[in-house]
Formats: sequence, structure tokens, C-alpha cells
Amino acid sequence: MTETTTQKPIPVTVLTGYLGAGKTTLLNRILSENHGRKYAVIVNEFGEIGIDNDLIVESDEEIYEMNNGCVCCTVRGDLIRVVEGLMRRPGRFDAIIVETTGLADPVPVAQTFFMDDDVRARTELDAVVALVDAKHLPLRLKDSREAEDQIAFADVVLLNKTDLVTPEELERIEATVRVINPSARIYRTQRSEIDLTKVLDQGAFNLEKALENDPHFLDHDEHDDHVCGPDCDHDHHHHDHDHHHHDHDHHHGHHHHDHGPSPIHDVTVQSISLRGGEMNPDRFFPWIQKITQTDGPNILRLKGIIAFAGDAERYVVQGVHMIIEGDHQRPWKDGEKRETRLVFIGRDLDREKLERTFKACEAQA
Amino acid sequence: MPTVAPLDLEGHVVGVAFLKDVPFFAGAAGTIHRLDQGHKVTEAHDGLLSLACDEASETLLTGGEDGKVMRISADGTARPVAETARKWIAEVAAGPQGAVAYAYGKTTFVRLADGTTREFPEERTVEGIAFAPKGLRIAVARYNGVSLHWVGMAGQPVDLDWKGAHTGVTFSPDGRFVVTAMQENALHGWKLDTKPGAETRHMRMTGYPAKVKSLSWSAKGKWLASSGAPAAIVWPFQGKDGPMGKAPLELGTRGNTMVTAVACHPAEDIVAIGYEDGMILAARFADSKEVLLRRPGKGAITAMAWNKTGRQLAFGSAAGDCGVVDIAG
Repeated sequence: MTETTTQKPIPVTVLTGYLGAGKTTLLNRILSENHGRKYAVIVNEFGEIGIDNDLIVESDEEIYEMNNGCVCCTVRGDLIRVVEGLMRRPGRFDAIIVETTGLADPVPVAQTFFMDDDVRARTELDAVVALVDAKHLPLRLKDSREAEDQIAFADVVLLNKTDLVTPEELERIEATVRVINPSARIYRTQRSEIDLTKVLDQGAFNLEKALENDPHFLDHDEHDDHVCGPDCDHDHHHHDHDHHHHDHDHHHGHHHHDHGPSPIHDVTVQSISLRGGEMNPDRFFPWIQKITQTDGPNILRLKGIIAFAGDAERYVVQGVHMIIEGDHQRPWKDGEKRETRLVFIGRDLDREKLERTFKACEAQA
Repeated sequence: MPTVAPLDLEGHVVGVAFLKDVPFFAGAAGTIHRLDQGHKVTEAHDGLLSLACDEASETLLTGGEDGKVMRISADGTARPVAETARKWIAEVAAGPQGAVAYAYGKTTFVRLADGTTREFPEERTVEGIAFAPKGLRIAVARYNGVSLHWVGMAGQPVDLDWKGAHTGVTFSPDGRFVVTAMQENALHGWKLDTKPGAETRHMRMTGYPAKVKSLSWSAKGKWLASSGAPAAIVWPFQGKDGPMGKAPLELGTRGNTMVTAVACHPAEDIVAIGYEDGMILAARFADSKEVLLRRPGKGAITAMAWNKTGRQLAFGSAAGDCGVVDIAG
């Protein structure tokens, strides 16, 4: 689309988290640690960043609704402008970090990197990192939806200030985070101390890398394996029959705990994990299009690995609200289980409908 | 046959202009180059974001990442006009009698020749500023429309509303129309000379495959040329209702690249068209006839400007390969 197509896209990390969760501390660590990389940082206010750096840019949050009738199609106009300005002078930095305000909705920030052609041509969203104040999370969940959205939307969650809570409280907080977002990587930290390789350069939105880096994608909760509705026994049976490598059925029935809506008080986000066999592309693509069109406003994130019947390569998909993209990732390895896994994180999702219609896309259905 | 005098610079070129027939090229790093009996430079900013040409005084106005607004004379001297620590000055505009408009955040500032500065706050970020051709009046593009302010008078602005993000603004040379570029690949226009109390006349100019980043009014303001498509899209503004109900001209259509910059000739109904691959064509409105002015180069054309006689065209690109085309050869 633009002159910079030959340039490698600049990775962008988005830092979210409530006021006091430790964003500035983390940012100062990123800017001062000796990692040999240079960062341009877009902040809402210069505030307490103690480091003098020419590449810290202040930017007023400016939400644009797109004129296409879709309420969830929002982008950050200020980011479009600042990124365009920064990218006119490449070579000064290796990556961009966007720090959002405590109350910011992470979705427009992320969508900017998909919906604006110019920004998309020059940059690549790397990961959304949420800082969570372990001490105050229960309170935050009670009084705001933003705190929950930030966790639901994150690829990496830093459970910070763990020294301020008891081990039991910490377990409970982590379980809550896990309920809100079963696919995020969670790290426990104090004073935002973290090996930065766990936060930066994650490639979480890169279809080639995203799910590859996470061999346990959707396996965090192997025990509550969720292709199963009320007819799960039947399903499983059928399933096992067709695919000899299945190993998850034996967990079944023991711990069938549900991911939501809300076994934990004040959690309104739910996640739905779907697992199935090989898919028929002629049924799967219209299905996922339709789901994202009709339920897009309720879907915060979706990620998946798709096995298509007769296709030698893994297909990966990811989405934010109504935006969805997918591509072949790599050939299936010998002995690798050819199954389809999808996770939806959102609100008011119809689990029964998703499971049923997903199942209908299977090649053997 | 046109000839090209090349000037190879480093990095993105934000704007080009002629001052007293000397071509100027402003780089994003903040250095302003000119070809005045040799290649000369002025270090104006640490990071240059915006440029406007003040034709009355033959000076340039620039805004930077360093929070400065500078005025550059034809001899290359740079003088500060205003300074605000650590703010990006992404918009500057040149007004009558030495007035300078610039903006950061949600406020437009107009600095008058006598040194006084007036502030015009908006509810949303200022995305574009233009001075009206007559009178000390500015149009400010912002989310959901345009605000029109009389600089010399207190009072409420006139709001021109249209839903969506307006990222740039221009007045027609006769002052009858205001046109904005929008985030969603469209232009929007308002007719200003409707009778008092009459319904606002809107013009929606859509169908662009990309955002419109370059607009240029033809001589006498009869046409408005625009980028954002594989051709220069040129809207007719000679009728009393502008382009309403009319189709635009599509000039210099190419199948495999996009138009990134347009510059109308100062006298003839001809437009210079710069493309993403660095090619430049000139096309005549009357018969769509095209002339090649420059072969493809290293980067997309980002800026073009004609000299007063219309014999020379200066151009700059995103990759720094600049030059001057002499159309008489």
C-alpha cells in the first residue's frame, strides 16, 4: 500500500492497566535496562517517566468511530497521527510502546493496527500487556468494566504487587484472571520486575508466530475440555473414533467447571473454548464470518488453530470484535494431532449455539 | 521534453515549495534544503512535522516535534514564531498580514503580526487548519466536523457538522466552499454561501480506495484535485453547487499504483500527479492528455509545488529522492 512496504514492520507493544498497577514502573524499566534496543513511547501524559528520552511522545486519547454503522469499529485517531509521524523517521527506534490510561479501552488501540491502512503497512501489533494490581483487583472488578476488559484483551498479564497479598489471596486473584482470560500468559511480579523477553517481542498478533510460541494454547485447562455440551459423551465417542491421537477425553466428566459466565463475582467476561476435528473449509469460513459479523460486538478476542480436511498445513485465525484474519501457518508435523481449537473471549456469547454451529463445520459432520 | 534536476536527500520529505523561485525541500528530520546556486541547508527543527508556504511574504512556516513554529525566509534564515515545550506541532497555516496558525492537542493558536496570540479551543483534537481566502477567518478540522472562527472577534464559532473524523481542511479560492479529507477514504464539502437560515448544503465525495492526503485547487478554483486512488480524482467546482450530482474527472489512471500527491498548475487547467512508485505525470483537464514528467524513483511522491511561472515543478518523496522538473526542457 505504501512506500514502506519493503521496510520491516515496527513491532508495537500496548501496555494497559489501572492507575497504580505499575505501568510507569515497567515503562521505566524498559527504557533504562540495557537490552540494546531503542523504544519510542507514546504516553497519555509525560507524568512520572523519569527518563529523558526524545522519543517519548504525549498524545491525547482520541477515539474515532468509523462511519460504517458498526459501534465496535473504533480506532485511536491520535495514534494514527503519531505513528505516521514517528515512521517518517525510521531508524531512530526498534519498536513502539503505547501506554494507555488506566481507564482506557484497549480495543480501539489494538484495532488501530488492523483498521488503518497506513498504520498497518508500517507497524505490527506485537502484544497487549496488562498490569494487574493484585491487591486491588477485586475492588477494580467491582467498580469498573475497564479493568476486566484490559485483562480479557491481554496476551500477557503481569500480576503485580504480589508482595501485598497472602499466598491464598494470590491464588484466588490468579484464578480470577484465568477465568477472565484463559489464553493469556500470566506472570507474578513485584514492582513490575520481569524478564523483558516475556513482555516484549511476543508476536502475539503475528499469525505465523502467535500460537506457535504457545504449545499449550488452549491446553491451560485441559480438564475442562469444551467441545462438549450436554451431549458430550456422544461427541467424544464419535471423536475418538475418527482420530486416534485423542488424549483429552479421559479427563472428561471429572472436572467440568465452566468458564463463565461468571463463577466469580463481578466477572462478566466469559471464554468459550471449542475443540473439534478436521473442518470443512466450505462450511467453516462462512460460519466464522457470520459469527464475527453477528456477534462481533460481543467478541473481545478470538484465536484458533484450524485443521482443514485434506490440507497439509495448519491454518491459524485471530480476531478482535468484527475484524478477523487468518492464514496458513506451517505444515502439520508428523504425529501432531490434527484437531481444531478455537477460543472466544467476550460477553453474552451463546455457548450452545457456538458449539453446535462449530460442530456442524466439521468435515465428518 | 521535460528535464529533471535531481537532489538526493536522506529520509522522508514532508513538503516542498518555491520562495523567490528557489526550490525548498523540507525533510522530516528537520533540515530544510534549498537549491540556490548550489545545495544549501537550514537546520530548522529536531523533527519536522508540518509545512505551509506563506505566498504573500514568500516565506515558509514549519512546525516540529520540538514544539517550535519557525518562519523560513528565501535566504534560508530561520526565525522562531512560537515555542511550546515537548508538544508536536502537526499543523501550521499561513494567513493574511503575517498571521500564523498552529495547533497542538485541542487548541488552535493564531499569532498575529503584532505579536498577540489568540486561542481557539475545540472539544476534540485539531486535525487541520486553513485560513479563508478573504478576511481573518480560520477553519479547524476536528472529529465530527469543522469549526469556523473569526480571528479578530469574540463569539461563538460556526460549526459545520458531519459525523466522522476530519483529518484535513481547505477553503476554495473563492471562499464559497470548505472541503475536508476524512479518515474513511472520502472528502466532505460544505457550501458556505447559502442564504441565512437555509439548510446546510453537504457534498459527499466518496469512492476512494485509500485516504486522501493531498488536495490541490486549480487556477481560479474551478476544480479540486485529490490523491487516494489509482488516478487523480478531480472534482468540478465551477457550478454554484460545486460537485453536487456531478462525476469527477479521473486523470492519469494507472493500474498498478496509487496517486499520493497532486499539484495543480498555477495558470493552466493541468495537474501534476505523483504516484506511489515515484512517477510523476502531468495531465490536462480538457482532454486528459498526459505527459511524463519523471520516471519511477525510490519512494512515493509526498509533495510537489509549481513555481510562479508554472515552468518548474519541485517534488519530494518518502525516500528522499527529490528534484525539480523543467517542463520547457
